[in-house]
Amino acid sequence: MKEEILFTMKSPYRDDFKIHGFRFGEGEKTIAIVGAMRGDEVQQQFVCSQIVKNLIEIEEAGKLIAGHEILVIPSANHFSMNINKRFWAMDNTDINRMFPGYDKGETTQRIAAAIFEHVKDYKYGIQLASFYMPGEFIPHVRMMDTGFQNIKLAKKFGLPYVLIRKPKPYDTTVLNYNWQIFGTQAFSIYSGDTDTINKDTAKTAWTSILRFMNNMKIISQNKHEGHSSYILKDSDLETIISNQSGILYALKGAGDEIKAGDLLAKILDPFTGETRSSILAPTDGTIFFAHHKPLIHQSTVMFKIVRF
Amino acid sequence: MIKTIISEGLPVDEQLLIRKKTIRNGNGNKRICIVTGTHGDELEGQYVCFELIRRLNENRAFLDGTVDVYPALNPLGVDSVTRGIPTFDLDMNRIFPGDPNGHLIEHTAYKIIQDLKGADMVIDIHASNIFLREMPQARINVKMSAKLIPFAKMLNLDFIWIHDAATVLESTLAHSLNVIKTPTIVVEMGIGMRITRDYGNRLVDGILNMMHKMGMWNGPVTKHISKPEISNRGEVFFMNADVSGIIIPSVSHSVDVRKGDLLCQIVDPFEGTTLQNVLSPVDGLVFTLRTYPVVYEGSLIARIYSEKPG
Ligand SMILES: [Zn+2]
Repeated sequence: MKEEILFTMKSPYRDDFKIHGFRFGEGEKTIAIVGAMRGDEVQQQFVCSQIVKNLIEIEEAGKLIAGHEILVIPSANHFSMNINKRFWAMDNTDINRMFPGYDKGETTQRIAAAIFEHVKDYKYGIQLASFYMPGEFIPHVRMMDTGFQNIKLAKKFGLPYVLIRKPKPYDTTVLNYNWQIFGTQAFSIYSGDTDTINKDTAKTAWTSILRFMNNMKIISQNKHEGHSSYILKDSDLETIISNQSGILYALKGAGDEIKAGDLLAKILDPFTGETRSSILAPTDGTIFFAHHKPLIHQSTVMFKIVRF
Repeated sequence: MIKTIISEGLPVDEQLLIRKKTIRNGNGNKRICIVTGTHGDELEGQYVCFELIRRLNENRAFLDGTVDVYPALNPLGVDSVTRGIPTFDLDMNRIFPGDPNGHLIEHTAYKIIQDLKGADMVIDIHASNIFLREMPQARINVKMSAKLIPFAKMLNLDFIWIHDAATVLESTLAHSLNVIKTPTIVVEMGIGMRITRDYGNRLVDGILNMMHKMGMWNGPVTKHISKPEISNRGEVFFMNADVSGIIIPSVSHSVDVRKGDLLCQIVDPFEGTTLQNVLSPVDGLVFTLRTYPVVYEGSLIARIYSEKPG
């Protein structure tokens, strides 16, 4: 393993901002993994740190397969993470809306350009991603339908689900999209939580990435097969929207199997505790996404369900 | 009449309310909409709403048609000094055209578009951000420029910036309206968290002038409408900081500069040294100037419009 400083920037008064890279093996640029790009992506950073830890052990055991280079960037935004901000510390811009970046542009465009310069040209790219809504997901692989995506490869992670979604206009500036446009097979791994560490889903995520590397013959470390992934489109998910606001009293969470009519959650009056709304499962299925903040707005996505 | 176009429950007691003021007179069927407060820290539009409604109230008889004023598309943000949508940390101007079946903010965006749809003109007023001061200007996508420039010229602005079509801008309110043939002009002026009364008065004069030319207003109109520079006759230069430090400005906003003029210095207060002398690369007009002193490498310092490229 070689630890490198991939990018440095001076701050007026804070310590220098540095992006660290951990490089394993030599040869073909095979796989690049990017962790936290937002300051609240603690779970994503944790997953990356576990990948680095595992790869160090795998390297010491002589189980990196020769001819491959692996690059891991666990954190690209600790300037925000260290002060509990989600977006760039100074101007609140989102690094993951700046790709492919511009090295003469604004600060976060420069950071994106530096990251992209280092992670492009790899055969596979993996980003540990988070969602803009607070909640938990079943760990899954996400790919954008750019015409370049290869679903077969996405199944090599052995996660229960692969979600294919149509890009929206702003997606043209995210890392995953630009990877694909520049010829990298790009995957986003959603590992459950964001601003808290969930050890179980984190382990599912880093195990799946090691499984992918094993399946692609980048490392030789047998893992159990994992799941035979179910391929989903956005439209395959049944969405439940809150018809009331109040305190969310959740009874089911991501990953739970449910039957039509099951009570999933209650929305309670925040003053009297009275039940304002009982949220019942509209179908048999598995909960793919669950809102999990204690307060809920009206007309907010509460659950997304994979129908059986 | 004040009409509520969105009312959705917040967790405890309160409703998220988005409201508009409708002023109507005569039999004319023309309608213009003034929208602002998408970014909760941009407040220049507040004065424009106040002053326009005040003048219309005083001279209602001269109005022939409908003026809808939406002072706060992001009321939670305006009332809490938050640029984005509080709790979601989302830029509201990146979620349009919204989705009727989507999340709260997506269907809020959808309803806003439905409410504005069909207007004869929408003026979407922005006030830069807390870092940069902007000369009163219109921003127009090159694809819409033929239709919108004649209207932008009526608004009493100093500059019309025709920008390239960028996919990321497709999720703005203005773009989403323009593609459904509701003409929308973005006005940027002033600076975040402040009101520049002079700019506000100028834009109100401009809006009344436009209404007059659209046949909706036969009341008093100022004779002195500014003739804006139009960016497609020259080139816009971006000046970004080479180093992190503190900025000490040397020129003021909205001035003409010569190539080589000192725009500002980036200094190191610890050492008492100058880290960078920022020089103008061209003869031109400083239409954007940073006022916020702390910069990182890459922070935008100024934008200069130059008629003679190079
Ligand atoms: Zn704005």
